[in-house]
Amino acid sequence: MNYFKGSDEYVLSQALRDNVNVSIALERPLIVKGEPGTGKTLLAHSIAKGLGKELIIWNIKSTTKAKEGLYVYDTVQRLNDARFGDGNVSDIKRYIKLGKLGEAFKSEEQVVLLIDEIDKAELEFPNDLLNELDEMSFYIPETGENIKAVHRPIMIITSNSEKELPDPFLRRCIFHYIEFPDTELMEEIIKVHYPKIEKNLLREALKRFYWIREFDMLRKKPSTSELIDWLQALMVGGISAKSIEKEIPFIGTLLKKKEDVDLVEKSGKSHYAYSTSMRTRDVY
Amino acid sequence: MFINFFFTLKSYGVPVSIHEWMILHHALSLNLNNCSLTDFYHIAKSILVKHEIHFDKYDLAFLDTFKDIETTDEMLEEILAGLKKVKELHLTEEEKKQIEQLNLDEILKNFEEQLKAGHYKDHVGGNKAIGTGGRSTQGAWGYNPAGIRIGQGESRHHRAVQIAEKRTFRNYSSDITLDTRQMKVALSHLRSLLPIGMGERLNIDETIDATCKNAGEIEFVWENKDKKASKVMLIMDVGGSMTPYAELASRLFSAASSQISRFKHYYFHNCIYQELWTDIERNKTISSHDLLRSEDNDYKVIIVGDGEMAPSELTWVNGAIDYWYHNDTPGIVWLQRFKDKFKNIIWLNPIPARSWNYVQTIRMIRGIFPMFELTLDGLDESVKYLMSGKCELYHH
Repeated sequence: MNYFKGSDEYVLSQALRDNVNVSIALERPLIVKGEPGTGKTLLAHSIAKGLGKELIIWNIKSTTKAKEGLYVYDTVQRLNDARFGDGNVSDIKRYIKLGKLGEAFKSEEQVVLLIDEIDKAELEFPNDLLNELDEMSFYIPETGENIKAVHRPIMIITSNSEKELPDPFLRRCIFHYIEFPDTELMEEIIKVHYPKIEKNLLREALKRFYWIREFDMLRKKPSTSELIDWLQALMVGGISAKSIEKEIPFIGTLLKKKEDVDLVEKSGKSHYAYSTSMRTRDVY
Repeated sequence: MFINFFFTLKSYGVPVSIHEWMILHHALSLNLNNCSLTDFYHIAKSILVKHEIHFDKYDLAFLDTFKDIETTDEMLEEILAGLKKVKELHLTEEEKKQIEQLNLDEILKNFEEQLKAGHYKDHVGGNKAIGTGGRSTQGAWGYNPAGIRIGQGESRHHRAVQIAEKRTFRNYSSDITLDTRQMKVALSHLRSLLPIGMGERLNIDETIDATCKNAGEIEFVWENKDKKASKVMLIMDVGGSMTPYAELASRLFSAASSQISRFKHYYFHNCIYQELWTDIERNKTISSHDLLRSEDNDYKVIIVGDGEMAPSELTWVNGAIDYWYHNDTPGIVWLQRFKDKFKNIIWLNPIPARSWNYVQTIRMIRGIFPMFELTLDGLDESVKYLMSGKCELYHH
């Protein structure tokens, strides 16, 4: 049986690891949700690597149709060939091209299938895949062929919750919400990226980072990937741990909006009461 | 049996289906939870709950069902509490072999005996009983491959009930009044106000033209489908008790506005009279009469306000709260005029619905507008109402 233990360059929480294994054991897709930059997409890469399986990625766009994942019938090519007489036009099979889901079904080895950002597509998109996910097979009327999964692929589906997913679809899946990593987990993640980072620098930088994240008024909270960029900037710039206590160098790598930068810089200069009132907005 | 967990979940408002309940039992039959309540907590959550807004309700339901349950997790913790860490043991190969010969049944038997005899309290070292660093078959940081490992997992032995008690996801719950933390989630609920799908359409005339020019080789010309226009007008109560919500709501809607074809916002204080402000600081005004006359009536209008005021502000001439402000038409008449003009109009209220009935002016306003809570659930319902004219609470 497949058991996912994680891989070297991807640090994940116990709960997520367990859920991955539950989803593999139950042969049901795992939906992963969470803030941007929490490594939703990387999870699939890590699973594929950890289990030594091929990874097939289906990137969803706003115009993606469910059927494209199964197969595409290239009628235009066929029409063209009929007009200019290239090859055997009566052989429709030549014009059926399998989509990502079709590829995953047909593969001789079990694969990991990542359906990335499913919420980008139209609302009905997930519902159009229900039957295929249940039966793990689909029918191509043009050729009378039935494509059935040789092995059920391990399916990871990510969502940025831009749209809500339909209930019938959700019922068939395992759900995991990636919480933002706490300091300990974050330290582990950083160490994977920068094994040689100076301890004091990391500690001070993390303190600052989580302090900034506590501002409720931020338009875009800095995420893990921004923290990693920032740390690199700090290391390359030769910034000492001491100077982070006083100010925030290279704040632009953490905060991408001018209003956010203003907010953080202003609160750093003012007295305590003011800065806390800017940070939280509890109303009594 | 824990079928009551299913019903408790339902009564807390977690939408679980029988389908999911069966999947959970399938998972349990495979022993994916490792006989641990903590693992059960996580597994049941991932199978039964499909949205983070329900996590908090799940925690509550879990607490309700399993609060007083006795688990082996608990027992292990009790044992561990009595153990103290001592130096790790170094054994010779011979000794290791000796230990490997012990079988699991013996170990379990021994474990039970020790437990009954109460030997687990404050025991360090030794060969038989539970302890640390010894050669006994139970305990942590010792050496015995067939032994029972207890207490070395990182997060595994947090008692499930304690995790549930933390209620980490309280802020994601859908029935608390919105604040900035849920901005992103709230936005996703507003998306249904937006035009659905852009899609492409084949332009047949252009395609024929292009194909002819191409000497018969087929050339397609695609064009974008018309975007469904959605016009949204936001009218907000600012000043006084509403100030904290006003900015929140305006940010919420203006963030969504980039995708709404026309977005307008106006401000008032407590009640709408003959003028509305166009800025949150209340400097520039626009005449309500002009607005009603000049704007299209197909706007989706959202009024945000607590509706809490003196009845006179609603019903009297010159009843406006600002003493320098004179209105020759009572506020309630103005509200009715807005209602008559715009077909799709609703009122969002940051005050929880349970207290609406105790405030006279809210009752009066509800006589005019459908009112919704300024929560995720409320937003959902109100958007549904604006788009389709019906929802669970109100019908046209």
